[in-house]
Amino acid sequence: MGTKDYLGIIWFSIILVVTPFIIGNDYYIGILVFAAFNCLSCIGLSLLMGYAGQISLGHAAFLGIGAYSSALLTVKMGWSPWLAIVLGIILAVIMALVIGIPSLRLKGHYLAMATLGFGSIIHIVTVAAVDFTGGPAGISQIPTLNIFGFPINSDVKYYAFIWIIVVIGLFFALNIIHSRSGRALRAIHGSEDAAGSSGIHTSRYKIRIFVISAIYSSIAGSFYAHYVNYIDPGPFGIMHSVLLVTMVAVGGMHKVWGAVIGSILLSVLPEILSTISEVVEGYGIEYKPDYDTLIYGSILLAIMLFLPGGIFQGVGDGFKRLKKLFTRKTSSAV
Amino acid sequence: MNNTILEIIRLKKTFGGVIAVNDLDLTVAKESITAVIGPNGAGKTTIFNLTAGFLAPTSGSLIFDNQDISGKKSYEIARLGISRTFQHVQIFPEMTVLENIMIGRHVRSRAGLFVSSLLPYFLRKEESKIQEDAEKYLEFVGLQPVSGKHAGELSLGNQRMVEIARALASEPKLLLLDEPASGLNARETLLLGDLINKIKDTRITVMLVEHDMELVMDISDHVAVINFGQLIATGTPSSVQENQDVISAYLGE
Repeated sequence: MGTKDYLGIIWFSIILVVTPFIIGNDYYIGILVFAAFNCLSCIGLSLLMGYAGQISLGHAAFLGIGAYSSALLTVKMGWSPWLAIVLGIILAVIMALVIGIPSLRLKGHYLAMATLGFGSIIHIVTVAAVDFTGGPAGISQIPTLNIFGFPINSDVKYYAFIWIIVVIGLFFALNIIHSRSGRALRAIHGSEDAAGSSGIHTSRYKIRIFVISAIYSSIAGSFYAHYVNYIDPGPFGIMHSVLLVTMVAVGGMHKVWGAVIGSILLSVLPEILSTISEVVEGYGIEYKPDYDTLIYGSILLAIMLFLPGGIFQGVGDGFKRLKKLFTRKTSSAV
Repeated sequence: MNNTILEIIRLKKTFGGVIAVNDLDLTVAKESITAVIGPNGAGKTTIFNLTAGFLAPTSGSLIFDNQDISGKKSYEIARLGISRTFQHVQIFPEMTVLENIMIGRHVRSRAGLFVSSLLPYFLRKEESKIQEDAEKYLEFVGLQPVSGKHAGELSLGNQRMVEIARALASEPKLLLLDEPASGLNARETLLLGDLINKIKDTRITVMLVEHDMELVMDISDHVAVINFGQLIATGTPSSVQENQDVISAYLGE
């Protein structure tokens, strides 16, 4: 049953390799690099949402912790970027434990509340601690990454680098799901009482998976900082946390693949919308940027109402139905 | 002492002002089938919840296999060798029947998150061992034909079997069955009785709460009658049936 997922990784990698040759435009490749950051965060988040059944409304804060650790340590302290990434991870883990231990020991959705508060605190700190974080002006001149002296200094190089990281992250996530621990997590989602009586330490598993999802986001944040070379508090607010949750929900919570597809779709969507707006304005109709929010909202609403399992599952079910329809027709014809 | 697997000593549990279990003393003999019966609200399920660690006792103690387990958490108690089923079936509906039973192997396997994240499942020996072992329990309860189905799709009777198989898969010394026959038809109840006897033959002690008197009298070695959280009678099925206190408790005289 799990073999399919590993085959999926191979197909996914092939698509990733072929894509830059098809689009061949640095601007669009840059968008796919941004999609990769979201994708990495969403893989972690889907482990938490789809498998442990918990929601985090503060994952952008972990992105922020990674990004600011990398930025501050490399720019102000002159650390090696790789060491800074590790420290970012350690900080994210500590934060996740501080929030997770009290809120995940309780049954129910206390984590959502706790992370919501945590997300706003981190955002406020990034804005208000001007001396430390640079405030709204942010931090600039973040160095580009080097791998063994080989600089990752173009969009195409970064595209290759970051998607390799995503595939590795995906590989780890799929391994976790198809393991004793993954099964335990799904069991907790199914019935916490039954999981407990089967010897599963439910709160410990939930805390661990929350920590893992925080690590994914922290890494994504660090790599984001090194890609754009300049960060400000903007992308680490609550709205981005909500967007990440939306990506996971749109793709389908109960599959890691759903998070992958959802995050890519919603990362590319603004580009599609801007193309549409140009077309619309070509006909003399005014397109306001606020319409984007309207369209996001409608998509989320439509998914929740008509495809509660997400696009991934929805498309899969659609195919199955079509297949059934055709096999029935052919069999009746024979 | 050696012949006792579970000893309940002056166990008390109150919910606010309500006394659910009141200074209860009860012993369960090793490798026996012990039934706990009593009118609705007598405190039977509370006793199970206390034994399985879902509730902490107000006072008193529970000695399992010469170890004090009172106040321990459910996952700790499961590791010590007590498994349970629930009055309202608690399965993992989105998982296959086999996966449900594989959960039962959790306490008998070790793989942690870190190692698992590095290796795909088909390269891990333990994972195939877990599956092999789970298949044995699948066979034990006779669910091989539905192995790959989602547990949520099964009939209630089969869901009960999944629950029992999952509980057995953790190789417990003591199995707690909370109203296993409720919602089952006559034929399924009969099969359940056979299964419980078969479980006893594997040297697992079975303790059950049950309302189906025919089943209780048929399979039990000992019967404990509870009313208002207290033990009012204990003994063989036939001796309990003739006990005047029991008759009045049930008929409300």
